[in-house]
Amino acid sequence: MTSELDIFVGNTTLIDEDVYRLWLDGYSVSDAVALRVRSGILEQTGATAAVLQSDTMDHYRTFHMLERLLHAPPKLLHQLIFQIPPSRQALLIERYYAFDEAFVREVLGKKLSKGTKKDLDDISTKTGITLKSCRRQFDNFKRVFKVVEEMRGSLVDNIQQHFLLSDRLARDYAAIVFFANNRFETGKKKLQYLSFGDFAFCAELMIQNWTLGAVGEAPTDPDSQVDDMDMDLDKEFLQDLKELKVLVADKDLLDLHKSLVCTALRGKLGVFSEMEANFKNLSRGLVNVAAKLTHNKDVRDLFVDLVEKFVEPCRSDHWPLNDVRLFLNQYSASVHSLDGFRHQGLWDRYMGTLRGCLLRLYHD
Amino acid sequence: MPGKLKVKIVAGRHLPVMDRASDLTDAFVEVKFGNTTFKTDVYLKSLNPQWNSEWFKFEVDDEDLQDEPLQITVLDHDTYSANDAIGKVYIDIDPLLYSEAATVISGWFPIYDTIHGIRGEINVVVKVDLFNDLNRFRQSSCGVKFFCTTSIPKCYRAVIIHGFVEELVVNEDPEYQWIDRIRTPRASNEARQRLISLMSGELQRKIGLKVLEMRGNAVVGYLQCFDLEGESGLVVRAIGTACTLDKLSSPAAFLPACNSPSKDMKEIPFNEDPNPNTHSSGPSTPLKNQTYSFSPSKSYSRQSSSSDTDLSLTPKTGMGSGSAGKEGGPFKALLRQQTQSALEQREFPFFTLTAFPPGFLVHVGGVVSARSVKLLDRIHNPDEPETRDAWWAEIRQEIKSHAKALGCHAVVGYSESTSICEEVCILSACGTAAVLNPRFLQDGTMEGCLEQRLEENLPTGCGFCHIPYDELNMPFPAHLTYCYSCRKQKVPDVLFTTIDLPTDATVIGKGCLIQARLCRLKKKAQAEANATAISNLLPFMEYEMHTQLMNKLKLKGMNALFGLRIQITVGENMLMGLASATGVYLAALPTPGGIQIAGKTPNDGSYEQHISHMQKKINDTIAKNKELYEINPPEISEEIIGSPIPEPRQRSRLLRSQSESSDEVTELDLSHGKKDAFVLEIDDTDAMEDVHSLLTDVPPPSGFYSCNTEIMPGINNWTSEIQMFTSVRVIRLSSLNLTNQALNKNFNDLCENLLKSLYFKLRSMIPCCLCHVNFTVSLPEDELIQVTVTAVAITFDKNQALQTTKTHAEKSLQRASTDNEELLQFPLELCSDSLPSHPFPPAKEHLESASSNSGIPAAQRATSVDYSSFADRCSSWIELIKLKAQTIRRGSIKTTVTVEKASPMGEGNFRNRSAPPCANSTVGVVKMTPLSFIPGAKITKYLGIINMFFIRETTSLREEGGVSGFLHAFIAEVFAMVRAHVAALGGNAVVSYIMKQCVFMENPNKNQAQCLINVSGDAVVFVRESDLEVVPTQQPSANCQPSCTEGEVTT
Repeated sequence: MTSELDIFVGNTTLIDEDVYRLWLDGYSVSDAVALRVRSGILEQTGATAAVLQSDTMDHYRTFHMLERLLHAPPKLLHQLIFQIPPSRQALLIERYYAFDEAFVREVLGKKLSKGTKKDLDDISTKTGITLKSCRRQFDNFKRVFKVVEEMRGSLVDNIQQHFLLSDRLARDYAAIVFFANNRFETGKKKLQYLSFGDFAFCAELMIQNWTLGAVGEAPTDPDSQVDDMDMDLDKEFLQDLKELKVLVADKDLLDLHKSLVCTALRGKLGVFSEMEANFKNLSRGLVNVAAKLTHNKDVRDLFVDLVEKFVEPCRSDHWPLNDVRLFLNQYSASVHSLDGFRHQGLWDRYMGTLRGCLLRLYHD
Repeated sequence: MPGKLKVKIVAGRHLPVMDRASDLTDAFVEVKFGNTTFKTDVYLKSLNPQWNSEWFKFEVDDEDLQDEPLQITVLDHDTYSANDAIGKVYIDIDPLLYSEAATVISGWFPIYDTIHGIRGEINVVVKVDLFNDLNRFRQSSCGVKFFCTTSIPKCYRAVIIHGFVEELVVNEDPEYQWIDRIRTPRASNEARQRLISLMSGELQRKIGLKVLEMRGNAVVGYLQCFDLEGESGLVVRAIGTACTLDKLSSPAAFLPACNSPSKDMKEIPFNEDPNPNTHSSGPSTPLKNQTYSFSPSKSYSRQSSSSDTDLSLTPKTGMGSGSAGKEGGPFKALLRQQTQSALEQREFPFFTLTAFPPGFLVHVGGVVSARSVKLLDRIHNPDEPETRDAWWAEIRQEIKSHAKALGCHAVVGYSESTSICEEVCILSACGTAAVLNPRFLQDGTMEGCLEQRLEENLPTGCGFCHIPYDELNMPFPAHLTYCYSCRKQKVPDVLFTTIDLPTDATVIGKGCLIQARLCRLKKKAQAEANATAISNLLPFMEYEMHTQLMNKLKLKGMNALFGLRIQITVGENMLMGLASATGVYLAALPTPGGIQIAGKTPNDGSYEQHISHMQKKINDTIAKNKELYEINPPEISEEIIGSPIPEPRQRSRLLRSQSESSDEVTELDLSHGKKDAFVLEIDDTDAMEDVHSLLTDVPPPSGFYSCNTEIMPGINNWTSEIQMFTSVRVIRLSSLNLTNQALNKNFNDLCENLLKSLYFKLRSMIPCCLCHVNFTVSLPEDELIQVTVTAVAITFDKNQALQTTKTHAEKSLQRASTDNEELLQFPLELCSDSLPSHPFPPAKEHLESASSNSGIPAAQRATSVDYSSFADRCSSWIELIKLKAQTIRRGSIKTTVTVEKASPMGEGNFRNRSAPPCANSTVGVVKMTPLSFIPGAKITKYLGIINMFFIRETTSLREEGGVSGFLHAFIAEVFAMVRAHVAALGGNAVVSYIMKQCVFMENPNKNQAQCLINVSGDAVVFVRESDLEVVPTQQPSANCQPSCTEGEVTT
C-alpha cells in the first residue's frame, strides 16, 4: 500500500510556523521530518512518523505554492486562492525576507549577478547554511534590488511599499541594495570584524547625507534619466570633495588645524600625545579618502581605506572610543575656525557622515 | 421579454503575461449570454487593464435567465493570429431572480482556465431587471428559493412543508462525442462545464415549477448530483423538499403554533399565493386561473413533465376526521390516521430534511434503504429520460414500502446516490422511516384542541424513540423495553437513523464518529455477469457493515446512531462499503449490553484463554469509552421501574434492565451470559479479524471529538473559530494476490491514518470538534482507492463544556424522577396505552432471535434468492434489502417537546456570545462550513444557492508538483472561486457547503491528469452575535426558539 496522493486543503490556509522555518532554512522533507521528530512532537501529540511525514509534505507543498506570491508580496494580499488572516500574511512575508547574518556578510557589496550566484555553493559550505536557503536569500536581495533600482524616492519607502516589510527589515534591505549598487568592498580580511549592522548603519547615514535624495534636490527635468535619488552617491558632491585636499596640501592650514584641535583637547584626551603625534597622518588619511572618491574603484574601497587609515592606527595606539569621539568632534568643528578654508558646507556634509561611520566602525 | 440582464466589465488584475516580447497583455473581454455576445475594447499592454465598459444589456426570457449562466471570457488580442483565451468566469445569475436575495453581483472573480487554473481576476457588475409575467403557460419558476440546508433555514419559518420534489435531465456527455477527437482538451472541458451549468439551471427551473404547482415557494434540502455515465451520457438529477417559507421579520413574529397560518390556508388555499411576502414576479398570477383539484399532488403529477412516474398505488384515504380523542390510545390512532391522510396523497412522502421544526417528528422507525444494480445503455432521446426515471421510481417505491412495513408514513433524512464503474451502476436510496405531525403538512385539518392535547401529552424528549409499529406485528425481531425516560411507551434497544439528533432529545455524555469499513473483491466481468456478481455481493456487504456498526456502537457503550450514511462504491474488481454515523447514548433507550465473545471449540484450554483475554480487552475498551464520552446514565431504582408494570412478562424484562444498570457499577463484568449481551462468535479467522479491527480503532486524541452530524451531542458552547477543510488520499494497492482481509486492512488503515492526520493538523484548535465529517470513497482505477473527507473543525470552550454537561446530567436525573411521578399520577392512561399490546407470545420469539443479532437469518435467506432473471434483478435485489432494512432498528409513539431540554441547548448556544471575536473578521474573509449555522453568529440573509462545477486538466503533471500538487492547487482554486462568488453576492459565508463530487483521473505515463469537482452550498450574510449584543431579545437559532415558545404554551 503506497500513498499516491495525500492532500489537505483548508478554507483558511493552515500555516505551521515551525515547518515554515524548516522550509525557509532549506531542509528537505525528510530532513525536516527528522528534525521535527527530534523536537519531541511525536511524544507531545501521540502522532506517528507517517502522520508527520504527510503533514510536512503538505505544508511544504503549500509553501511552494505560496512562494510565487511571496515574490511579490502585494499579490499575496490581493490574491484569492489562499485565505490567510492578515497577521499570518505579515508573518509569512517577514520570515521569507529575513536573512542570515552570516550569509549577508558574504554577499554584501557584491554584484547581485549570476556570477555571484555561482559562488553560493562555497558560501553554503562556509556558513553552514543550506544552499537552498542561500539561494532564497540571494534571490530576495536581487529581487528587491531589481524592483527598487529604477525607482525614485526614498529607498526604504519603496522597499516597504513593494515588499510590505517591517520598518526594520526594509532598512536592512535598503542597506543591502545600497551596498550592492555601490559595490562597497566588505569581504577583505581586515573588514571581517565588522557586522552587517555596522555596515547597515553606515549605509543609512550615507543614504541620508551623500545621495542626491539627501539634498532634496529634485532633478529639474523629471523625465531625464538622472541618478536614482537614494541609490547612487551624489556625483557632484564627490567631485567637490577634491576641494578638501587643501586641508592637508596647504601646510599652514594643516598646522593651524592641528594646533586648534590640540589646544581644544589638551587635558581631555587620555591618548593626547599619541593623537598629537599622529594628527597629520590621520588628517591626511581622512582627507585623501574624500579626495579619491571621484574614482569608482576608490569608492568601493571606502571601508577598507577608513579602517586602514583611521581605525587601525587608533586601535594600535589603544584609543578609547570616547577619545575617538572627542577627537572626531573637535577635528570636524575646528575646520570652521580655519579662515582660509572656504568649503565649510562641503566639509560638514562629508565629515558629519564620516564621523558617524567611523565611530560605528571603531570596535574590536 | 420579461427580463433585462445588465453587465459591466470594470477591470482586471494579475493577468498572466501573454506576450513574451513585451511581458504584457492586450486584454479584452467577451460577455456572452445565450446567443448574444458583447465585447469590450482592447486594453493595450497591461496586466491590470481598466476597461470600465458600458452596461451590456441582454433582453431575455426568464426561462433563459434561469437556465443559462453568464459567460465572461477574457482574451488576449493578437493582430496577426487568433486571439488567445486567458480564461473564463461563469456566473450563475439565479440569486438575482428572487427579490429577497442579492440585488447585484459585483466583485472580483478569479479568471479560470481548465488547463492553467486561475489566471488573474476580473471585476464584474451584474444586475437583473425583472418584469411581471402574465403568460400563464410560462416555463420559468423565477422566485422559488433554493436551499442546500437540510433544515428550515434560520431566518425563515416553515408555514407548510409540502414534500418531495425530484427531477432529472440527461444529455450526451461532450467528452464522448465524436467531435471530442478533433477539439482541444480545453474546448472539450469548457463544453462540458457549460453543458452541466445549463443542465443544472434547467433542472432547477423544472423543480421550481413543481414547487409552484404544489403552491410552495422554496426548496429546502436541495441536493443536485451528476452521474457521469460515460458513453451512455450525462445525468443531472436533483431531489429536495418543497416548502412554503415565511421570512421572519422580527423575533416577535415567531408564532408559537402553526394554527393560524394553516387556517388561513384552508380559507383561501387556491386563490392566493400562500406566502404574503412574495414579490410581484411571484407565481400568483398564473396560478389564479388554474382549477386545482383538491388533492394537490394529483394535479401536480398530471401536469408535470416527463420525469414524473405515476405510480400512485396509494389508496385515497379520506381526510382526518378532526375530532380530538381524550385518551392516549385513540389519540395515537387519530394522529396516525391524519398523518396518513396527509401523506398518502403524495406519491413519495419523502423529506430530504435532517432537522425539523419542533414537534414535526413524532416517531422514528429506523433506517430504510434500497439499492439496485443497473446496466447503463445509451440514452437515446435526451428529452425522454424515461429509463432513468423509472429506475429511481422503482427504488423510491421500495423505500416507501419499507417505511410502511415499519408502521411509518414518511421517510425523512432521505438521500439518493449512485456509484458507476464502466457500464454498471448502483443506485442507492436511504432514509429514516418516521411518523410526522400532520400540522406542518399541506392540508390544514388539524384542530386546535387536538394540538393542545398533543402538547399536553409531551413531557419529555423521548417521543421520537418510541416505536411507531405495532409490537404484536413487528416487522422484524427486536428487543423492546419501556422507555427509560417516560416509562410509558415501548422503545427498541438500538436506534439507527439518517437524520440529525433532534434538538429536544436527551443525550447522556458525548457522541462520537462511528464508521464501518468493508471491502469485497469480485471477479472482473462484463455486463450482466458483472451486475449479477455485484448484486450477489451487496446483501453480504450491507449485513457485515451493519454488524460492524452494531459492534462498534456497543464498544462505545452507546445505543443510537444518527446521520447514518452508507456508501457502496463499485470498482472493476472490488466493492467498497463505508458507513459513517454519529453514535450517542439516548437516555430514553436501554443501556446497551456488552459484547460477549464465544469460541467455537470451548474445550481447548489455550483457546479459552485467548478468548478470555480478548473478552477482557473488549470490556476494558467499553469501560474506557464510557469514561471518555462521559456516559453515566442515571441509576434507576427498582421501585420506580417495577411498580407501574402489572404484567409478569414485562416485569421480567424490566428486571433485566435493572441488572443492566447494576452492570454500570461493576462495568467490567459484562460477559456473564446475560441474554442481552451481544454475542460475537469467533468461529473462523474472519470473525477474529472483525474483533481485531474493532479494537484497532483508536479514539481521537484528548481534546478532540468527531461526529458526522451537524452538531456534536453533548457539546453546546462553541466558540467562533471554524476551519473547513477537504482532504483527499489515494492509495495504490499492491496488485499481487489481494485478499479480502488485506484489502480490509488497507482500507481501514487508510481511513484511520487520514483521521489521525486530521487530528494532528488541527491540533492547534484543541479543544475542538470535527463536525459533519463526510467521507467519500471512490475507485478510480483497478488498484486505486480514493478517500475524500470534508469536515469542519469548531473550537469550543472546555470549561463551559464541563459545566453544561454537569447541569445536563443533573437535569436528566431530575427529569427522570419527575417523569416517574407523572407516571404514577396517570396510571389510567398508561393502561389504556399498553392494553392493546397484551398478547405477547409472538413477540417473544423475535426477542430471542434478536439477541444473537437478528441479521444472520436474513442474510442467509438472501443468498438463496435466485438471480437468474437478470431483467428483474432490481426487484429481487430490493427484496433482499427489505430483509436487510428490517434488521435495522427504530423507535415509537408520542410527540415531545421538552421545555427543560430545549432551554439549556438554547442558552448554551448563546451563552458563548461572550467568546472573543474572531481575529480574522476583516473585510473579504468568507467562511465556509458544511453546517447550516455559524457558531457565535446569526445568519441574517440567504443570498441564494451556490452550485459550481469545474474541470481541471493538465498535461504537465510533474511540473505542477505531481498528482498531489495538481489536486491541492485545484481544490484551493475551487474554494477561492466559491468564496469570490459569495463575496460578489454580498455574502460573507457559505453554509451547508458540500463537495458532491471529486472525480480524479491520472495518467502519469503521459504526464496527464484530470479532475472534476462539483460543490454547492448556500451563500449567506451573517452577523457576529457579539455585534448584536445591543438587541436585548436575542433571537436564537430557529431550532431553539419554537421549542421555547411552545414551552410557554404548554404551561
